[in-house]
Amino acid sequence: MSFLQLAFYFFSTVLIFAAAMVITVRNPVRAALFLVLAFFSAACVWMTLEAEFLAIVLVLVYVGAVMVLFLFVVMMLDINLARLKEGFGEYLPIGGFVAVLMVIEMIIVLQVPDFGMDQMPRPEGHGADYSNTKELGRVLYTEYVYPFEIAALILLVAIIAAIALTLRKRPETKYQTPGKQVQVRRDERVRMVKMKTEQSSD
Amino acid sequence: MIPLTNYLILGAVVFALAIVGMFLNRKNVVILLMAIELMLLAVNINFVAFSHYLQDIAGQVFVFFILTVAAAEAAIGLAILIVLFRNRRTINVDDLDSLKG
Repeated sequence: MSFLQLAFYFFSTVLIFAAAMVITVRNPVRAALFLVLAFFSAACVWMTLEAEFLAIVLVLVYVGAVMVLFLFVVMMLDINLARLKEGFGEYLPIGGFVAVLMVIEMIIVLQVPDFGMDQMPRPEGHGADYSNTKELGRVLYTEYVYPFEIAALILLVAIIAAIALTLRKRPETKYQTPGKQVQVRRDERVRMVKMKTEQSSD
Repeated sequence: MIPLTNYLILGAVVFALAIVGMFLNRKNVVILLMAIELMLLAVNINFVAFSHYLQDIAGQVFVFFILTVAAAEAAIGLAILIVLFRNRRTINVDDLDSLKG
């Protein structure tokens, strides 16, 4: 067994273990942390497929940003865990049955020789001078430049949607209204007073 | 050497686990969102595997876009969750019945 095979089976085992823990642990914080482990192992599996850029992006964007967002939200919400866990195993038999059946079906389908080593051999690894990031960037900025811009737009929409959804006006907070501030006139603010000059007392 | 089948089966198992998670945690919206993330990860594993075995970079480009959309989806989903919790003080799916569906 080569080192690559050993690494693949190790990371796959960790990935499946972490995914199983995500769906079975009772505490959402622990579930989020196991999801981090799952993403990290998946990134390692992608490394064995020479998708280095995507592996790093998975760690940076997913583990670094999305999962931290999940953790923030989970910790911010005051969740009544006891109620959420009512009837936890209620649908386990049917769910497990469906899942096992699905895996068996997929394994039957995927065992066809079309995906075996004869029909689809593992390609030779690239040399040290090959840059996955460079190759990805080359097609991303030429062939896929419009989808790339649409992706940027989707992210912009996500930012605006997230802000618009969670923004709220609190009645007790004091706001400035710049329009009214600019429109103010002198006689609305300044009152001229006529009075006698006072003698200083010292 | 590792055949392509092993990567595809890995993706299938992760996807099935995510479906079991939907059945198990059908009351907790946070875990449901995490199960969706696991499903997207399973799909991405298939894309990357095919991309490598067919020596076609297009699969990785597709994964790039899926990651973008998934990040946007997670952000908006969590924002909806926050608004939901603010209005109803709960994230239990059973309590979210004001539409009487």
